[in-house]
Amino acid sequence: MRFALPLAVLIALLALFAVGLQRDPRRLPSPLIGKPAPAFDLPTIALPGPPGAVPPPARMTQADLRGAPVLVNFFASWCAGCQDEHPFLMELARSGEVRLVGIDYKDAESDLRRWLGRHGDPYAVVLSDLSGNTGIDWGVYGVPETFVLDAQGRIVFKQIGPLTPEAWQRIRPLLQGSAS
Amino acid sequence: MRYALATLLLACAMSAVRAQVETPRPPIPLDARQEAQYKALLPELRCLVCQNESLADSQAPLAADLRYEIRGLIAKGASDADVKRYLVARYGEFVLYRPRLETRTLLLWSGPFLLLLAACAGVLSYARRRARAAAPPPVDEGALRRLLEERDR
Repeated sequence: MRFALPLAVLIALLALFAVGLQRDPRRLPSPLIGKPAPAFDLPTIALPGPPGAVPPPARMTQADLRGAPVLVNFFASWCAGCQDEHPFLMELARSGEVRLVGIDYKDAESDLRRWLGRHGDPYAVVLSDLSGNTGIDWGVYGVPETFVLDAQGRIVFKQIGPLTPEAWQRIRPLLQGSAS
Repeated sequence: MRYALATLLLACAMSAVRAQVETPRPPIPLDARQEAQYKALLPELRCLVCQNESLADSQAPLAADLRYEIRGLIAKGASDADVKRYLVARYGEFVLYRPRLETRTLLLWSGPFLLLLAACAGVLSYARRRARAAAPPPVDEGALRRLLEERDR
């Protein structure tokens, strides 16, 4: 009985640590969830698409992302995590389940072309954010980061770090909800 | 020989790493008051890449980009609150080393004081209990007298 109170305090603290220490402090909740995608106006990079594909316009803005759910993937050829997620992005592109828009973050176009040539191009369109300013407006602090936008262009989910099959399992229901 | 090999290996490793592209940017001049505001504000802001460093200290490329943005904002006459709003809107409350006092952060701000109060109350009650335990138990005068009479008999 004497130790009931200290024991209760100890257990409460241990429970707090058990929860707190398992959370990754590098994954910050984005304040942009539920908000419309931040404005941008970026040049597209002309890439050899599939034969017969319509080439993208020279520039695109956030308005061009509306109409259907889309994954906006900030990546770069110099980023190791991007190489990790790339095979899964290729798989996703082949499945045709969702449109993938790549935003090439602070990257040289020649490096990007070489990288996509070697690993394959999963993107419907690639935009170039050479200065990194669009990244700042979207709250990007370490590529790769992937934003899930619904058909109205609202951000419904953000994946920090490589897009994994597990993350995709969480994202897929969100897309179905917004498409209907 | 070993050094030469190590240098060669290092050179190979470095050539394999493609770096982030830094676009050249014109420097943003600030007047003395703005420069002072900029210098005082940076240590208040967290670098998102190396989270235990402030924007003033961090060598991360993103920190350099954000410093440049903040200089631009201050040059246009932004107040400290404007700059903080700009960053919080993008990266969340976490960028502020001193979170704002809101209902959501009330426990964060009051927690240490609540803990101190609880500790004081605990120590006080413990001390009071000990003082009570240390005091001699009240004497039962009747029993004492009986004991003495028994002995003297």
